[in-house]
Amino acid sequence: MLRFLLNRGGQALIAAFGVVTLVFFIQRLSGDPTALLLPETATQADIDAMRVTLGLDRPLIVQYWAFLSDLLRFDLGRSFVQNADVWDIVSSRIPKTLQLAFGALVVALLIGLPMGLIMAITRGKHVSKFIMWIVLACQSMPTFWSGIMMILVFGVWLRWLPSSGTGTFAHLIMPSIALGLLSLATYARITRAAVLDELGKDYVRSARARGVRTGRLVRHHLLRNSMIPIISITALELSQLLAGAVIVETVFAWPGLGLLTVQSIAARDFVVVQTIVLMGAFVTIFANLAADILYSVVDPRVRLAGQS
Amino acid sequence: MTGRGATFKSTLTWWPAGLLLVLVICAVFAYWLAPFDPDRQNLLGRLKPPGFEARGKVFLLGSDELGRDVLSRLIYGARVSLLVAALSVLLSGFVGVTVGMAAGYLRGWIETILMRLVDIFLSIPAILLAIITVAVLGPGFINVVLVLALTRWPRYARVAYGQTLAIAGRPFVTLARSMGASPLRVLALHILPNIVGPLLVVATLEFGLMVLFEAGLSFLGLGVQPPTASWGSMLSTGRNYIATAWWIAMFPGFALFLLVLSANLIGDRFGDRIGDGR
Repeated sequence: MLRFLLNRGGQALIAAFGVVTLVFFIQRLSGDPTALLLPETATQADIDAMRVTLGLDRPLIVQYWAFLSDLLRFDLGRSFVQNADVWDIVSSRIPKTLQLAFGALVVALLIGLPMGLIMAITRGKHVSKFIMWIVLACQSMPTFWSGIMMILVFGVWLRWLPSSGTGTFAHLIMPSIALGLLSLATYARITRAAVLDELGKDYVRSARARGVRTGRLVRHHLLRNSMIPIISITALELSQLLAGAVIVETVFAWPGLGLLTVQSIAARDFVVVQTIVLMGAFVTIFANLAADILYSVVDPRVRLAGQS
Repeated sequence: MTGRGATFKSTLTWWPAGLLLVLVICAVFAYWLAPFDPDRQNLLGRLKPPGFEARGKVFLLGSDELGRDVLSRLIYGARVSLLVAALSVLLSGFVGVTVGMAAGYLRGWIETILMRLVDIFLSIPAILLAIITVAVLGPGFINVVLVLALTRWPRYARVAYGQTLAIAGRPFVTLARSMGASPLRVLALHILPNIVGPLLVVATLEFGLMVLFEAGLSFLGLGVQPPTASWGSMLSTGRNYIATAWWIAMFPGFALFLLVLSANLIGDRFGDRIGDGR
Protein backbone atom coordinates (compact mmCIF):
# COMPACT_ATOMS: atom_id res chain seq x y z
CA MET A 1 0.00 0.00 0.00
CA LEU A 2 2.77 2.42 0.96
CA ARG A 3 4.58 1.67 -2.25
CA PHE A 4 1.43 2.37 -4.22
CA LEU A 5 0.91 5.67 -2.38
CA LEU A 6 4.48 6.80 -2.96
CA ASN A 7 4.37 5.80 -6.59
CA ARG A 8 1.04 7.51 -7.24
CA GLY A 9 2.00 10.57 -5.19
CA GLY A 10 5.21 10.88 -7.17
CA GLN A 11 3.25 10.80 -10.41
CA ALA A 12 1.00 13.56 -9.10
CA LEU A 13 4.00 15.69 -8.19
CA ILE A 14 5.49 15.22 -11.64
CA ALA A 15 2.17 16.20 -13.19
CA ALA A 16 1.97 19.31 -11.00
CA PHE A 17 5.50 20.26 -11.96
CA GLY A 18 4.68 19.68 -15.62
CA VAL A 19 1.59 21.86 -15.42
CA VAL A 20 3.54 24.73 -13.91
CA THR A 21 6.15 24.39 -16.65
CA LEU A 22 3.47 24.25 -19.32
CA VAL A 23 1.73 27.36 -18.01
CA PHE A 24 5.04 29.20 -17.83
CA PHE A 25 5.97 28.41 -21.40
CA ILE A 26 2.50 29.05 -22.79
CA GLN A 27 2.82 32.59 -21.47
CA ARG A 28 6.10 32.97 -23.31
CA LEU A 29 4.45 31.87 -26.56
CA SER A 30 3.61 35.45 -27.34
CA GLY A 31 7.24 36.48 -26.89
CA ASP A 32 7.00 39.31 -24.42
CA PRO A 33 4.67 38.73 -21.49
CA THR A 34 4.85 42.32 -20.27
CA ALA A 35 2.17 43.18 -22.81
CA LEU A 36 -0.04 40.57 -21.15
CA LEU A 37 0.64 41.75 -17.65
CA LEU A 38 0.00 45.43 -18.18
CA PRO A 39 -3.23 47.18 -19.09
CA GLU A 40 -3.55 48.42 -22.65
CA THR A 41 -3.06 52.00 -21.49
CA ALA A 42 0.48 51.29 -20.27
CA THR A 43 3.19 53.63 -21.50
CA GLN A 44 6.62 52.57 -22.73
CA ALA A 45 8.08 53.64 -19.37
CA ASP A 46 5.64 51.33 -17.58
CA ILE A 47 6.63 48.48 -19.86
CA ASP A 48 10.34 49.03 -19.23
CA ALA A 49 9.78 49.27 -15.48
CA MET A 50 7.77 46.07 -15.65
CA ARG A 51 10.51 44.28 -17.54
CA VAL A 52 12.95 45.08 -14.78
CA THR A 53 10.46 44.16 -12.03
CA LEU A 54 9.84 40.82 -13.65
CA GLY A 55 13.47 40.30 -14.50
CA LEU A 56 12.68 39.68 -18.14
CA ASP A 57 16.17 40.78 -19.09
CA ARG A 58 17.43 37.59 -17.50
CA PRO A 59 17.80 34.30 -19.40
CA LEU A 60 14.62 32.27 -19.80
CA ILE A 61 15.85 29.47 -17.57
CA VAL A 62 16.55 31.88 -14.71
CA GLN A 63 13.08 33.36 -15.08
CA TYR A 64 11.61 29.89 -15.03
CA TRP A 65 13.49 29.09 -11.85
CA ALA A 66 12.28 32.31 -10.23
CA PHE A 67 8.72 31.45 -11.26
CA LEU A 68 9.02 28.01 -9.67
CA SER A 69 10.53 29.22 -6.42
CA ASP A 70 7.92 31.97 -6.08
CA LEU A 71 5.20 29.36 -6.43
CA LEU A 72 6.84 27.10 -3.88
CA ARG A 73 6.89 29.96 -1.42
CA PHE A 74 3.24 30.48 -2.29
CA ASP A 75 4.09 33.91 -3.68
CA LEU A 76 1.53 34.23 -6.45
CA GLY A 77 2.50 37.73 -7.39
CA ARG A 78 0.65 41.00 -7.59
CA SER A 79 -2.06 42.12 -9.94
CA PHE A 80 -0.94 45.39 -11.50
CA VAL A 81 -4.40 46.04 -12.86
CA GLN A 82 -6.17 45.85 -9.52
CA ASN A 83 -3.05 46.78 -7.54
CA ALA A 84 -3.66 44.01 -5.06
CA ASP A 85 -2.21 40.71 -4.03
CA VAL A 86 -3.32 37.95 -6.41
CA TRP A 87 -4.15 35.63 -3.57
CA ASP A 88 -6.44 38.24 -2.02
CA ILE A 89 -8.29 38.71 -5.30
CA VAL A 90 -8.63 35.01 -6.01
CA SER A 91 -9.39 33.71 -2.53
CA SER A 92 -12.38 36.01 -2.08
CA ARG A 93 -14.01 34.29 -5.07
CA ILE A 94 -13.36 30.70 -4.09
CA PRO A 95 -16.37 30.23 -1.76
CA LYS A 96 -18.75 31.41 -4.47
CA THR A 97 -17.47 28.90 -7.00
CA LEU A 98 -17.46 26.10 -4.45
CA GLN A 99 -21.05 26.93 -3.60
CA LEU A 100 -21.99 26.70 -7.28
CA ALA A 101 -20.02 23.49 -7.85
CA PHE A 102 -21.64 21.93 -4.80
CA GLY A 103 -25.09 22.94 -6.00
CA ALA A 104 -24.38 21.43 -9.41
CA LEU A 105 -23.08 18.24 -7.81
CA VAL A 106 -26.26 17.92 -5.78
CA VAL A 107 -28.38 18.38 -8.91
CA ALA A 108 -26.29 15.87 -10.83
CA LEU A 109 -26.31 13.24 -8.09
CA LEU A 110 -29.94 13.59 -7.07
CA ILE A 111 -31.20 13.26 -10.62
CA GLY A 112 -28.40 11.38 -12.37
CA LEU A 113 -28.15 8.43 -9.96
CA PRO A 114 -31.83 7.45 -10.00
CA MET A 115 -31.91 7.91 -13.77
CA GLY A 116 -29.00 5.55 -14.25
CA LEU A 117 -30.48 3.04 -11.85
CA ILE A 118 -33.85 3.06 -13.57
CA MET A 119 -32.19 2.75 -16.98
CA ALA A 120 -30.26 -0.31 -15.85
CA ILE A 121 -33.25 -2.05 -14.26
CA THR A 122 -35.64 -1.34 -17.12
CA ARG A 123 -33.03 -2.10 -19.73
CA GLY A 124 -34.43 -2.67 -23.19
CA LYS A 125 -37.82 -1.20 -22.29
CA HIS A 126 -39.33 2.09 -23.38
CA VAL A 127 -38.63 3.79 -20.04
CA SER A 128 -34.94 3.07 -20.38
CA LYS A 129 -34.94 4.34 -23.94
CA PHE A 130 -36.75 7.51 -22.95
CA ILE A 131 -34.35 8.28 -20.10
CA MET A 132 -31.39 7.64 -22.37
CA TRP A 133 -32.75 10.37 -24.60
CA ILE A 134 -32.84 12.80 -21.71
CA VAL A 135 -29.28 11.85 -20.80
CA LEU A 136 -28.09 12.41 -24.35
CA ALA A 137 -29.89 15.75 -24.45
CA CYS A 138 -28.23 16.85 -21.20
CA GLN A 139 -24.88 15.76 -22.55
CA SER A 140 -25.27 17.70 -25.78
CA MET A 141 -26.69 20.85 -24.22
CA PRO A 142 -24.35 23.83 -24.39
CA THR A 143 -24.31 25.19 -20.83
CA PHE A 144 -24.53 28.75 -22.05
CA TRP A 145 -27.65 27.94 -24.02
CA SER A 146 -29.48 26.02 -21.31
CA GLY A 147 -28.54 28.80 -18.91
CA ILE A 148 -29.85 31.54 -21.17
CA MET A 149 -33.05 29.62 -21.91
CA MET A 150 -33.67 29.13 -18.19
CA ILE A 151 -33.16 32.85 -17.67
CA LEU A 152 -35.68 33.49 -20.44
CA VAL A 153 -38.34 31.13 -19.10
CA PHE A 154 -37.98 31.40 -15.33
CA GLY A 155 -36.40 34.83 -15.06
CA VAL A 156 -38.00 36.90 -17.81
CA TRP A 157 -41.31 35.22 -18.65
CA LEU A 158 -42.42 33.60 -15.40
CA ARG A 159 -40.40 35.83 -13.05
CA TRP A 160 -39.95 32.98 -10.60
CA LEU A 161 -36.21 33.19 -10.18
CA PRO A 162 -33.63 35.96 -10.30
CA SER A 163 -31.77 35.82 -13.61
CA SER A 164 -28.37 36.92 -12.37
CA GLY A 165 -26.30 37.73 -9.34
CA THR A 166 -25.97 36.03 -6.01
CA GLY A 167 -27.11 36.24 -2.43
CA THR A 168 -30.11 34.02 -1.77
CA PHE A 169 -30.83 30.34 -2.33
CA ALA A 170 -33.06 31.29 -5.27
CA HIS A 171 -30.02 32.73 -7.03
CA LEU A 172 -28.28 29.39 -6.81
CA ILE A 173 -30.97 27.27 -8.45
CA MET A 174 -30.60 28.07 -12.15
CA PRO A 175 -26.78 28.21 -12.27
CA SER A 176 -26.59 24.89 -10.41
CA ILE A 177 -28.92 23.20 -12.87
CA ALA A 178 -27.12 24.68 -15.88
CA LEU A 179 -23.75 23.56 -14.56
CA GLY A 180 -25.03 20.22 -13.30
CA LEU A 181 -26.62 18.95 -16.53
CA LEU A 182 -23.42 17.58 -18.05
CA SER A 183 -22.39 15.83 -14.83
CA LEU A 184 -25.92 14.54 -14.52
CA ALA A 185 -25.48 12.78 -17.85
CA THR A 186 -22.14 11.37 -16.73
CA TYR A 187 -23.59 10.06 -13.47
CA ALA A 188 -26.57 8.51 -15.21
CA ARG A 189 -24.28 6.70 -17.65
CA ILE A 190 -21.79 5.54 -15.04
CA THR A 191 -24.54 4.34 -12.72
CA ARG A 192 -26.27 2.53 -15.55
CA ALA A 193 -23.06 0.80 -16.61
CA ALA A 194 -22.10 -0.07 -13.02
CA VAL A 195 -25.52 -1.46 -12.12
CA LEU A 196 -25.73 -3.42 -15.38
CA ASP A 197 -22.35 -4.85 -14.56
CA GLU A 198 -23.55 -5.96 -11.13
CA LEU A 199 -26.83 -7.29 -12.52
CA GLY A 200 -24.91 -9.80 -14.60
CA LYS A 201 -23.16 -11.31 -11.59
CA ASP A 202 -23.95 -14.61 -9.96
CA TYR A 203 -25.00 -13.24 -6.60
CA VAL A 204 -27.79 -11.24 -8.23
CA ARG A 205 -29.04 -14.33 -10.00
CA SER A 206 -29.02 -16.36 -6.84
CA ALA A 207 -30.71 -13.55 -4.91
CA ARG A 208 -33.41 -13.46 -7.54
CA ALA A 209 -33.68 -17.22 -7.39
CA ARG A 210 -34.19 -16.94 -3.63
CA GLY A 211 -37.10 -14.65 -4.42
CA VAL A 212 -35.57 -11.32 -3.37
CA ARG A 213 -37.67 -8.48 -4.74
CA THR A 214 -36.19 -5.89 -7.07
CA GLY A 215 -36.56 -3.05 -4.56
CA ARG A 216 -34.67 -4.95 -1.88
CA LEU A 217 -32.09 -6.16 -4.36
CA VAL A 218 -31.39 -2.59 -5.40
CA ARG A 219 -31.18 -1.25 -1.87
CA HIS A 220 -29.15 -4.02 -0.26
CA HIS A 221 -26.92 -5.23 -3.05
CA LEU A 222 -26.79 -3.25 -6.25
CA LEU A 223 -26.37 0.29 -4.98
CA ARG A 224 -23.71 -0.62 -2.50
CA ASN A 225 -21.68 -2.61 -4.97
CA SER A 226 -22.03 -0.09 -7.77
CA MET A 227 -20.79 2.75 -5.59
CA ILE A 228 -17.08 2.41 -6.39
CA PRO A 229 -17.11 3.84 -9.91
CA ILE A 230 -19.66 6.44 -8.85
CA ILE A 231 -17.54 7.71 -5.99
CA SER A 232 -14.37 7.77 -8.01
CA ILE A 233 -16.03 9.70 -10.82
CA THR A 234 -17.14 12.34 -8.30
CA ALA A 235 -13.56 13.41 -7.76
CA LEU A 236 -13.15 13.93 -11.49
CA GLU A 237 -16.51 15.62 -11.89
CA LEU A 238 -15.58 18.18 -9.27
CA SER A 239 -12.73 19.46 -11.41
CA GLN A 240 -14.98 19.37 -14.47
CA LEU A 241 -17.47 21.52 -12.62
CA LEU A 242 -14.81 24.05 -11.64
CA ALA A 243 -13.84 24.38 -15.30
CA GLY A 244 -17.45 24.55 -16.46
CA ALA A 245 -18.02 27.35 -13.98
CA VAL A 246 -16.19 29.73 -16.33
CA ILE A 247 -19.13 29.76 -18.72
CA VAL A 248 -21.99 29.33 -16.28
CA GLU A 249 -20.72 32.14 -14.07
CA THR A 250 -20.48 34.39 -17.10
CA VAL A 251 -24.06 33.61 -18.10
CA PHE A 252 -25.47 34.24 -14.63
CA ALA A 253 -23.05 36.99 -13.55
CA TRP A 254 -22.12 34.76 -10.63
CA PRO A 255 -19.11 36.37 -8.94
CA GLY A 256 -16.87 33.32 -8.62
CA LEU A 257 -13.54 32.22 -10.07
CA GLY A 258 -14.98 31.65 -13.55
CA LEU A 259 -16.31 35.15 -13.91
CA LEU A 260 -13.04 36.44 -12.46
CA THR A 261 -11.14 34.55 -15.17
CA VAL A 262 -13.19 36.13 -17.93
CA GLN A 263 -13.00 39.59 -16.37
CA SER A 264 -9.26 39.24 -15.87
CA ILE A 265 -8.71 38.26 -19.49
CA ALA A 266 -10.72 41.29 -20.60
CA ALA A 267 -8.71 43.50 -18.25
CA ARG A 268 -5.47 41.81 -19.37
CA ASP A 269 -4.79 40.87 -15.78
CA PHE A 270 -2.80 37.81 -16.67
CA VAL A 271 -1.33 37.01 -13.28
CA VAL A 272 -4.82 36.32 -12.02
CA VAL A 273 -5.70 34.12 -15.01
CA GLN A 274 -2.51 32.15 -14.54
CA THR A 275 -3.24 31.59 -10.86
CA ILE A 276 -6.75 30.34 -11.55
CA VAL A 277 -5.54 27.97 -14.27
CA LEU A 278 -2.88 26.58 -11.95
CA MET A 279 -5.45 26.15 -9.20
CA GLY A 280 -7.78 24.34 -11.56
CA ALA A 281 -4.98 22.03 -12.61
CA PHE A 282 -3.89 21.32 -9.04
CA VAL A 283 -7.44 20.54 -8.01
CA THR A 284 -7.69 18.12 -10.94
CA ILE A 285 -4.41 16.43 -10.10
CA PHE A 286 -5.36 16.14 -6.46
CA ALA A 287 -8.84 14.85 -7.31
CA ASN A 288 -7.33 12.20 -9.59
CA LEU A 289 -4.92 11.18 -6.86
CA ALA A 290 -7.70 11.00 -4.27
CA ALA A 291 -9.86 8.96 -6.64
CA ASP A 292 -7.05 6.50 -7.31
CA ILE A 293 -6.27 6.07 -3.63
CA LEU A 294 -9.92 5.63 -2.80
CA TYR A 295 -10.22 3.10 -5.57
CA SER A 296 -7.25 1.14 -4.33
CA VAL A 297 -8.61 1.06 -0.81
CA VAL A 298 -11.92 -0.34 -2.00
CA ASP A 299 -10.49 -2.61 -4.67
CA PRO A 300 -7.00 -3.95 -3.84
CA ARG A 301 -6.56 -5.32 -7.35
CA VAL A 302 -5.88 -1.77 -8.51
CA ARG A 303 -2.79 -1.27 -6.41
CA LEU A 304 -1.51 -4.76 -7.05
CA ALA A 305 -1.76 -4.17 -10.78
CA GLY A 306 0.45 -1.13 -10.37
CA GLN A 307 3.25 -3.23 -8.90
CA SER A 308 3.67 -5.80 -11.60
CA MET B 1 -23.48 -2.29 -23.70
CA THR B 2 -25.70 -4.18 -26.09
CA GLY B 3 -28.99 -3.05 -24.59
CA ARG B 4 -28.93 0.49 -25.77
CA GLY B 5 -27.46 -0.47 -29.09
CA ALA B 6 -30.29 -2.85 -29.82
CA THR B 7 -33.09 -0.48 -28.90
CA PHE B 8 -31.62 2.57 -30.54
CA LYS B 9 -30.30 1.19 -33.77
CA SER B 10 -33.69 0.75 -35.40
CA THR B 11 -35.10 4.20 -34.75
CA LEU B 12 -31.98 6.27 -34.95
CA THR B 13 -29.91 4.99 -37.78
CA TRP B 14 -30.46 7.79 -40.17
CA TRP B 15 -31.44 11.07 -38.63
CA PRO B 16 -28.27 12.22 -36.85
CA ALA B 17 -26.29 11.65 -40.01
CA GLY B 18 -29.03 13.37 -42.02
CA LEU B 19 -28.96 16.37 -39.72
CA LEU B 20 -25.20 16.59 -39.94
CA LEU B 21 -25.49 16.48 -43.72
CA VAL B 22 -28.04 19.31 -43.70
CA LEU B 23 -25.70 21.45 -41.59
CA VAL B 24 -22.77 20.68 -43.87
CA ILE B 25 -24.88 21.71 -46.86
CA CYS B 26 -25.82 24.93 -45.04
CA ALA B 27 -22.17 25.65 -44.36
CA VAL B 28 -20.97 24.91 -47.89
CA PHE B 29 -23.78 26.64 -49.75
CA ALA B 30 -24.34 29.42 -47.22
CA TYR B 31 -23.97 32.06 -49.93
CA TRP B 32 -26.92 30.69 -51.90
CA LEU B 33 -29.05 29.50 -49.01
CA ALA B 34 -28.96 32.59 -46.80
CA PRO B 35 -31.78 35.00 -47.62
CA PHE B 36 -29.67 38.04 -46.65
CA ASP B 37 -26.07 39.14 -46.41
CA PRO B 38 -25.24 38.00 -42.84
CA ASP B 39 -23.26 41.17 -42.08
CA ARG B 40 -25.65 43.64 -43.59
CA GLN B 41 -26.95 45.99 -40.94
CA ASN B 42 -30.33 47.67 -40.92
CA LEU B 43 -30.58 50.02 -38.02
CA LEU B 44 -34.25 50.70 -38.63
CA GLY B 45 -35.01 47.00 -38.42
CA ARG B 46 -33.23 46.27 -35.15
CA LEU B 47 -34.39 43.54 -32.75
CA LYS B 48 -37.43 42.61 -34.84
CA PRO B 49 -39.22 39.37 -33.92
CA PRO B 50 -39.34 36.31 -36.20
CA GLY B 51 -41.55 36.78 -39.23
CA PHE B 52 -40.93 40.51 -39.43
CA GLU B 53 -41.24 41.91 -42.95
CA ALA B 54 -39.22 44.73 -44.44
CA ARG B 55 -39.13 45.86 -48.06
CA GLY B 56 -40.91 42.73 -49.21
CA LYS B 57 -38.47 40.37 -47.52
CA VAL B 58 -39.21 38.30 -44.47
CA PHE B 59 -36.84 37.95 -41.52
CA LEU B 60 -37.90 34.39 -40.73
CA LEU B 61 -36.04 34.17 -37.43
CA GLY B 62 -36.04 37.88 -36.65
CA SER B 63 -33.18 40.36 -36.61
CA ASP B 64 -30.42 41.09 -34.14
CA GLU B 65 -29.26 44.24 -32.37
CA LEU B 66 -27.80 45.66 -35.57
CA GLY B 67 -30.74 44.65 -37.73
CA ARG B 68 -28.92 41.68 -39.27
CA ASP B 69 -30.96 38.67 -40.30
CA VAL B 70 -30.67 35.95 -37.63
CA LEU B 71 -31.41 33.11 -40.09
CA SER B 72 -28.65 34.23 -42.45
CA ARG B 73 -26.17 34.54 -39.61
CA LEU B 74 -27.24 31.13 -38.38
CA ILE B 75 -26.54 29.58 -41.78
CA TYR B 76 -23.16 31.28 -42.08
CA GLY B 77 -22.40 30.42 -38.45
CA ALA B 78 -22.55 26.71 -39.34
CA ARG B 79 -19.34 27.31 -41.31
CA VAL B 80 -17.36 28.41 -38.31
CA SER B 81 -18.66 25.64 -36.06
CA LEU B 82 -18.13 22.82 -38.52
CA LEU B 83 -14.83 24.04 -39.90
CA VAL B 84 -13.22 24.76 -36.56
CA ALA B 85 -14.43 21.44 -35.15
CA ALA B 86 -13.36 19.43 -38.19
CA LEU B 87 -9.93 21.02 -38.44
CA SER B 88 -9.19 20.73 -34.74
CA VAL B 89 -10.32 17.09 -34.68
CA LEU B 90 -8.07 16.32 -37.65
CA LEU B 91 -5.09 18.12 -36.16
CA SER B 92 -5.42 16.84 -32.61
CA GLY B 93 -6.22 13.36 -33.93
CA PHE B 94 -3.12 13.34 -36.09
CA VAL B 95 -0.84 14.49 -33.30
CA GLY B 96 -2.47 12.33 -30.64
CA VAL B 97 -2.52 9.15 -32.72
CA THR B 98 1.09 9.61 -33.75
CA VAL B 99 2.19 10.14 -30.17
CA GLY B 100 0.07 7.32 -28.80
CA MET B 101 1.17 4.79 -31.40
CA ALA B 102 4.82 5.75 -31.06
CA ALA B 103 4.62 5.34 -27.28
CA GLY B 104 2.77 2.05 -27.50
CA TYR B 105 5.02 0.51 -30.12
CA LEU B 106 8.49 1.83 -29.32
CA ARG B 107 8.07 1.51 -25.54
CA GLY B 108 11.04 2.27 -23.28
CA TRP B 109 11.92 5.84 -22.37
CA ILE B 110 9.97 7.24 -25.31
CA GLU B 111 6.84 5.69 -23.86
CA THR B 112 7.58 7.10 -20.41
CA ILE B 113 8.18 10.63 -21.61
CA LEU B 114 5.29 10.78 -24.05
CA MET B 115 2.71 9.28 -21.75
CA ARG B 116 3.82 11.45 -18.83
CA LEU B 117 3.31 14.42 -21.13
CA VAL B 118 -0.17 13.14 -21.90
CA ASP B 119 -0.91 12.92 -18.18
CA ILE B 120 0.27 16.48 -17.65
CA PHE B 121 -1.93 17.83 -20.41
CA LEU B 122 -4.90 15.86 -19.17
CA SER B 123 -4.52 17.27 -15.69
CA ILE B 124 -5.29 20.80 -16.81
CA PRO B 125 -9.03 21.21 -17.34
CA ALA B 126 -9.25 21.52 -21.13
CA ILE B 127 -11.38 24.64 -21.21
CA LEU B 128 -9.00 26.45 -18.84
CA LEU B 129 -5.98 25.45 -20.92
CA ALA B 130 -7.78 26.65 -24.03
CA ILE B 131 -8.72 29.93 -22.38
CA ILE B 132 -5.25 30.75 -21.12
CA THR B 133 -3.66 29.89 -24.47
CA VAL B 134 -6.12 31.91 -26.52
CA ALA B 135 -5.69 34.78 -24.10
CA VAL B 136 -1.96 34.70 -24.81
CA LEU B 137 -2.08 34.07 -28.55
CA GLY B 138 -5.06 36.30 -29.18
CA PRO B 139 -8.41 35.23 -30.62
CA GLY B 140 -9.10 34.32 -34.23
CA PHE B 141 -9.94 31.36 -36.42
CA ILE B 142 -6.47 29.80 -36.79
CA ASN B 143 -5.60 30.31 -33.14
CA VAL B 144 -8.80 28.67 -31.97
CA VAL B 145 -8.09 25.61 -34.12
CA LEU B 146 -4.51 25.42 -32.84
CA VAL B 147 -5.55 25.83 -29.24
CA LEU B 148 -8.26 23.19 -29.46
CA ALA B 149 -5.78 20.80 -31.06
CA LEU B 150 -3.23 21.58 -28.35
CA THR B 151 -5.73 20.86 -25.59
CA ARG B 152 -7.30 17.72 -27.02
CA TRP B 153 -4.55 15.59 -28.58
CA PRO B 154 -3.87 13.66 -25.32
CA ARG B 155 -7.32 12.07 -25.53
CA TYR B 156 -6.42 10.38 -28.84
CA ALA B 157 -2.95 9.57 -27.56
CA ARG B 158 -4.42 7.63 -24.64
CA VAL B 159 -6.70 5.55 -26.83
CA ALA B 160 -4.11 5.00 -29.58
CA TYR B 161 -1.56 4.01 -26.94
CA GLY B 162 -3.79 1.45 -25.25
CA GLN B 163 -4.93 -0.03 -28.54
CA THR B 164 -1.40 -0.20 -29.94
CA LEU B 165 -0.19 -1.99 -26.83
CA ALA B 166 -2.93 -4.55 -27.28
CA ILE B 167 -2.25 -5.11 -30.98
CA ALA B 168 1.56 -4.95 -30.95
CA GLY B 169 1.89 -8.35 -29.27
CA ARG B 170 -0.26 -10.18 -31.83
CA PRO B 171 1.40 -12.80 -34.02
CA PHE B 172 0.86 -10.95 -37.29
CA VAL B 173 2.81 -7.97 -35.97
CA THR B 174 5.66 -10.18 -34.81
CA LEU B 175 5.62 -11.84 -38.21
CA ALA B 176 5.79 -8.55 -40.06
CA ARG B 177 8.68 -7.45 -37.85
CA SER B 178 10.57 -10.68 -38.30
CA MET B 179 10.26 -10.25 -42.04
CA GLY B 180 12.11 -6.96 -41.71
CA ALA B 181 9.30 -4.40 -41.78
CA SER B 182 10.37 -1.01 -40.41
CA PRO B 183 8.54 0.40 -37.35
CA LEU B 184 6.86 2.99 -39.56
CA ARG B 185 5.60 0.32 -41.93
CA VAL B 186 4.33 -1.88 -39.12
CA LEU B 187 2.55 1.03 -37.49
CA ALA B 188 0.98 2.38 -40.66
CA LEU B 189 0.05 -0.86 -42.42
CA HIS B 190 -0.47 -3.39 -39.66
CA ILE B 191 -1.42 -1.58 -36.50
CA LEU B 192 -3.29 1.54 -37.62
CA PRO B 193 -5.96 -0.32 -39.64
CA ASN B 194 -6.68 -2.44 -36.58
CA ILE B 195 -7.11 0.42 -34.14
CA VAL B 196 -8.91 2.89 -36.37
CA GLY B 197 -12.38 1.95 -35.11
CA PRO B 198 -12.02 3.07 -31.49
CA LEU B 199 -10.16 6.16 -32.71
CA LEU B 200 -13.08 7.10 -34.94
CA VAL B 201 -15.45 6.77 -32.00
CA VAL B 202 -13.29 9.15 -30.00
CA ALA B 203 -13.03 11.52 -32.96
CA THR B 204 -16.80 11.63 -33.39
CA LEU B 205 -17.44 12.37 -29.73
CA GLU B 206 -14.59 14.88 -29.75
CA PHE B 207 -16.17 16.57 -32.76
CA GLY B 208 -19.23 17.38 -30.68
CA LEU B 209 -17.04 18.58 -27.85
CA MET B 210 -14.99 20.78 -30.19
CA VAL B 211 -18.19 22.39 -31.46
CA LEU B 212 -19.05 23.19 -27.86
CA PHE B 213 -15.56 24.46 -27.08
CA GLU B 214 -15.46 26.72 -30.10
CA ALA B 215 -18.89 28.11 -29.22
CA GLY B 216 -17.79 28.51 -25.61
CA LEU B 217 -14.68 30.44 -26.59
CA SER B 218 -16.70 32.61 -28.96
CA PHE B 219 -19.26 33.12 -26.22
CA LEU B 220 -16.49 34.44 -23.99
CA GLY B 221 -15.27 36.68 -26.80
CA LEU B 222 -12.13 34.59 -27.35
CA GLY B 223 -13.20 32.80 -30.52
CA VAL B 224 -13.72 33.91 -34.07
CA GLN B 225 -14.07 37.67 -33.99
CA PRO B 226 -17.03 39.78 -35.08
CA PRO B 227 -18.50 40.59 -37.49
CA THR B 228 -18.00 36.96 -38.60
CA ALA B 229 -21.13 35.09 -37.63
CA SER B 230 -20.55 32.33 -35.12
CA TRP B 231 -23.16 30.62 -32.98
CA GLY B 232 -21.23 31.24 -29.80
CA SER B 233 -20.92 34.97 -30.31
CA MET B 234 -24.59 35.19 -31.38
CA LEU B 235 -25.48 33.59 -28.06
CA SER B 236 -23.27 36.02 -26.23
CA THR B 237 -25.13 38.95 -27.82
CA GLY B 238 -28.43 37.23 -27.24
CA ARG B 239 -27.66 36.94 -23.54
CA ASN B 240 -27.66 40.74 -23.33
CA TYR B 241 -30.97 41.09 -25.15
CA ILE B 242 -32.69 38.11 -23.57
CA ALA B 243 -35.45 40.22 -21.99
CA THR B 244 -36.39 41.99 -25.22
CA ALA B 245 -35.29 39.73 -28.09
CA TRP B 246 -35.18 36.07 -27.10
CA TRP B 247 -34.79 34.87 -30.71
CA ILE B 248 -31.20 36.04 -30.98
CA ALA B 249 -30.02 33.49 -28.40
CA MET B 250 -32.66 30.80 -28.90
CA PHE B 251 -31.88 29.70 -32.46
CA PRO B 252 -28.08 29.49 -32.50
CA GLY B 253 -28.21 27.62 -29.21
CA PHE B 254 -30.72 25.17 -30.61
CA ALA B 255 -28.57 24.67 -33.71
CA LEU B 256 -25.57 23.96 -31.49
CA PHE B 257 -27.58 21.54 -29.44
CA LEU B 258 -28.73 19.61 -32.51
CA LEU B 259 -25.25 19.48 -34.00
CA VAL B 260 -23.65 18.22 -30.80
CA LEU B 261 -26.49 15.80 -30.17
CA SER B 262 -26.12 14.22 -33.60
CA ALA B 263 -22.35 13.92 -33.20
CA ASN B 264 -22.85 12.25 -29.81
CA LEU B 265 -25.51 9.91 -31.17
CA ILE B 266 -23.35 8.84 -34.08
CA GLY B 267 -20.33 8.35 -31.83
CA ASP B 268 -22.35 6.42 -29.27
CA ARG B 269 -23.91 4.04 -31.72
CA PHE B 270 -20.68 3.54 -33.54
CA GLY B 271 -19.04 2.76 -30.21
CA ASP B 272 -21.73 0.21 -29.38
CA ARG B 273 -21.27 -1.48 -32.71
CA ILE B 274 -17.53 -1.93 -32.56
CA GLY B 275 -17.49 -2.65 -28.85
CA ASP B 276 -16.39 0.59 -27.33
CA GLY B 277 -12.73 1.48 -27.23
CA ARG B 278 -12.95 4.33 -24.75
